[in-house]
Formats: sequence, C-alpha cells, structure tokens
Amino acid sequence: MANPLQLVGRITLGLFAEIGRLAVFAGRVKIAAFTPRWYGGEILRQMVRIGFYSLPVVGLAAVFIGAALALNIYEGGSRYGAEQFVPNIVVLGISRELGAVITGLMLAGRVSAGIAAEIGAMRVTEQIDALETLSASPYRYLYAPRFIAALATLPLLVMAANIIGVMGGWLVSVYGLGFDSTVYLRNTVDFITRNDIIVGLIKAVLFGGIIAIMGCYQGDRSQAGATGVGRAATHSMVGAAVLVLAFNYVLSTLFVEIGV
Amino acid sequence: MSGPLLKLEGVEKSFGTKQVLRGVDLEVARGQSLVVIGGSGSGKSVMLKNALGLMTPDKGRILFDGEDVTNATGKARERMRARIGMLFQSGALFDSLTVWENVAFRLINTEGTKRKDAKERAIETLKKVRLGSDVAGLYPAEISGGMQKRVSLARSIISEPDLIFFDEPTTGLDPITADAINDLIVEMARGLGAAAVSITHDMASARKIADEIAMLFEGRIIWRGKAADVMNSGNAYVDQFVHGRAEGPIQPAI
Repeated sequence: MANPLQLVGRITLGLFAEIGRLAVFAGRVKIAAFTPRWYGGEILRQMVRIGFYSLPVVGLAAVFIGAALALNIYEGGSRYGAEQFVPNIVVLGISRELGAVITGLMLAGRVSAGIAAEIGAMRVTEQIDALETLSASPYRYLYAPRFIAALATLPLLVMAANIIGVMGGWLVSVYGLGFDSTVYLRNTVDFITRNDIIVGLIKAVLFGGIIAIMGCYQGDRSQAGATGVGRAATHSMVGAAVLVLAFNYVLSTLFVEIGV
Repeated sequence: MSGPLLKLEGVEKSFGTKQVLRGVDLEVARGQSLVVIGGSGSGKSVMLKNALGLMTPDKGRILFDGEDVTNATGKARERMRARIGMLFQSGALFDSLTVWENVAFRLINTEGTKRKDAKERAIETLKKVRLGSDVAGLYPAEISGGMQKRVSLARSIISEPDLIFFDEPTTGLDPITADAINDLIVEMARGLGAAAVSITHDMASARKIADEIAMLFEGRIIWRGKAADVMNSGNAYVDQFVHGRAEGPIQPAI
C-alpha cells in the first residue's frame, strides 16, 4: 500500500503540473488570438456556433431563473413587508451575478464540452497532425477562432440573459403577484446603474475565455478512442463550470472591495 | 544539393519508461521510394512523426535537404513542411470542409491562393487521382474509404512536394482498391519526381511501391535492401515477417 504522504505529494505535483500545462496552453492561445494571422471565416463561423446557437438555451434558462428569483424575493420580502423591492433585487441579482453565471454555466455544458469533443475527435483521427503538416497552426486555425468568438459573443449573450431574466421576473410579478407593470419597469430602470451592467459584462468576457480555453485544452489532450473523447468533454464541462463559479466569486469580491 | 533528401541519425524516442525508438539511422535519396516494414508496435508511426516534426526525438538528429530540422520551429519548420506531403493512415480529412476545400487547404490557408483558383487546382488534382469533379462538393463522410484515401493523396500532392510520407496507405481497403491506391502512389511519386517514404505491413503494397525496403524491429533498422531481395533477404527476422510466419525470432504481438 502506498505511503499516504507520497500519495498526497503525487496528487499535489500532478495538480501543479496540470495547472502549468493549462497556463502554457492558454498563453499560446492568447498569443495566437492577438497576433496575425487571423482566419476570419473560422472566427465568424465560431461566433455563429457559440453565440447565435446558444441564444435559445441561455434565454430559456434566464427567463426561468428570473421568474423563480422574483417569486422567492416576494416570498422572503413579504415576511418583512418589503415586497416592493422585488424589481430592484431581481435586476441587481441578474445583472451583477446571475445573468453572467447562468450564461457561463449553460455554455460550459453546451459550448465547452462541444469544443472538447470536436477537437478531441480531430486529435484522435489525426486531423490536427494533418493541419500541422499543411503548415497551419492548430493554435491559429482551431483554438484562437474559438477563443475570440467566445470573448466576443459571451457579453452579448449575457446582455440578452440580463434582459430576458428581468422579463421573467416581470412576467411573474405582473401576472402572478399583482405588481403594476409600469411601476415594476420604472423601479427596475431607476435602480440599475451602469456599473451593475459593466460588472456582468466583465465577468462575461472572462467566462468566455475560460469556456473556450477549457474546451480546446481538454480536446487537444484527448486520448484515443470514444472513451478518451467522452472524458475530454466531461472534464472540460466540469472544469469550465467550476472555474466560472470560482472566478465569479473572486470578481464579485473584487468589485465589492473597490466599490464598483 | 547532393546527399540524401532525408536523413535520420541515431533517433531515439521514449514514452515514460517505454523506449520505442532505440537509435534509428535512415537515409532517403531524392526520387527514391523507400518502404519501412515492421510489426505492430515496432515504432514505425513514431519514426514517421519524428521525421515530420510532429514529435521531437529524445536523442539523435533529423536532416532535411542537409538542414538540421530536429528542433526546427516557426519559419524553418514551415519551409520544410511546404516541401513535404503526407498521406495519413485514416486519411485525416477535415470533416467540416468539402472534398475540394480539403485538397486545396494548403493553397488557401498557407499559400494565400484565391478560393476560385484553388478550387480549379483542386479539381485538376482530383482528376489525377481518378476522382471526378462531382465529388468536389461532397463532405468526407459522404464518400467511401477508398475515395477518402484518394482525396488525401490529392491533398498531399497538390503543392508538388519533394518528399511524400505514406502511413499505412492500404490499411482498411479491399485488395482491388488497395492495388489501385498503390498504382496511384507510384504514378504520383514518379510523376512529381518526389521521394517517398511509406510505412506498412502490407507486403503486396511494399513490393509494388518500393525501390528499397527497410525493416524496423524493436526501435532499430535491422535490414535494408532492394525491394526485389526482400523475399530472400537471408535475415531471419525479415524472412519471418515477409512470409507471415508465427514461428521465428519475432514474438507475435498478442
């Protein structure tokens, strides 16, 4: 039986090695993304796949979360006679936290796992080797377009999630809880600040990077066979979701500390 | 420049504790067709990937046209690869691109050729491998395995390389299609005057496309000679392999 200390040491070293490999990979993707040459057609194609095709799932998730949030705030607020704060707390919660987090988590599943499976399949069928022999860098042709597309489209998706999430809260409040529509919307608009929106968008950009990098990294390291590709998809989804939640907390703390 | 077009000197490669290549020495002259034979797990594909620069050797040197490309990166690596074509065992066609876009990939994405001109050249090259323009707009998943190999061959020759690698070119094909692919390999390599390095364990294919045959065993080249001599090499390992006998110095990989 292995010495427990050795086991802990081995796991710790393995974790640091993995973080190191991921950091080097992310660095190479960033260099490829921000220096020529760019494959414009690929970037556009990925923007459609990552951004446009994610809109329905993000919209559906946002509307239900917004609706549930309004219900719970109403229920909690009514204990203190504070039901009137439902629109304020819904818009604050969605624009600063939930819009970005919902979008990040939905895309960790839909996009990050999809990228990992696609690139993993390309890795195991030698398509990535073929790219290199054709003098096309996989970092420029495959990974950078996905990274750029995710950075560009996540803020747009988060904006859409914010609007749809607030509308979900409005629907429940007006048609289920008896709020006046005009008063609800006026309270929402009056309460939200530019900083609340910016906070969500900054998170969106970071989450976009995490989702694309995790998908590309796990796909690139995929082992042969269906099991290897499946494992890459699972690891990318889990890794991206955990990182989205962890960085969301870090950024929220930072923004509160600096008063944004 | 005189001298071999490709030269491997004492190339070694390990994965963890498993040493796959134990000092491979190999030379390929211009216009020569060399076939490397060897059993499963003998290191043929690893040797090929090292020669192509897809892997870096732990020890030894790889020279292409006299230039040391062992650790080449950036422009030096691109210069080398611009003169090399590769036919992968699986074809390795890009699923998301049509047949003509696969064939013209290097022209469009590396050499900056306009799409219209690249398409014309792709269709011309497809004709050389006996594929009509009707397949140009199809996706790889819509054509047969034999056609995929032809498309991959067209992709490897479109830039008229000086050296073409063939990784198990006939694996997974029926004997008639395999023979047709062998004919095309010989025709294309000779037509371009290119050197060819093929790895295979298909002896019919090896005898048809090779000027010379080398055998890789346990990470080293243990025999090299003319293709005509391979059936009577006088080497017990080569004899066992080319005659496909279970009995002999090589233990079956099961």
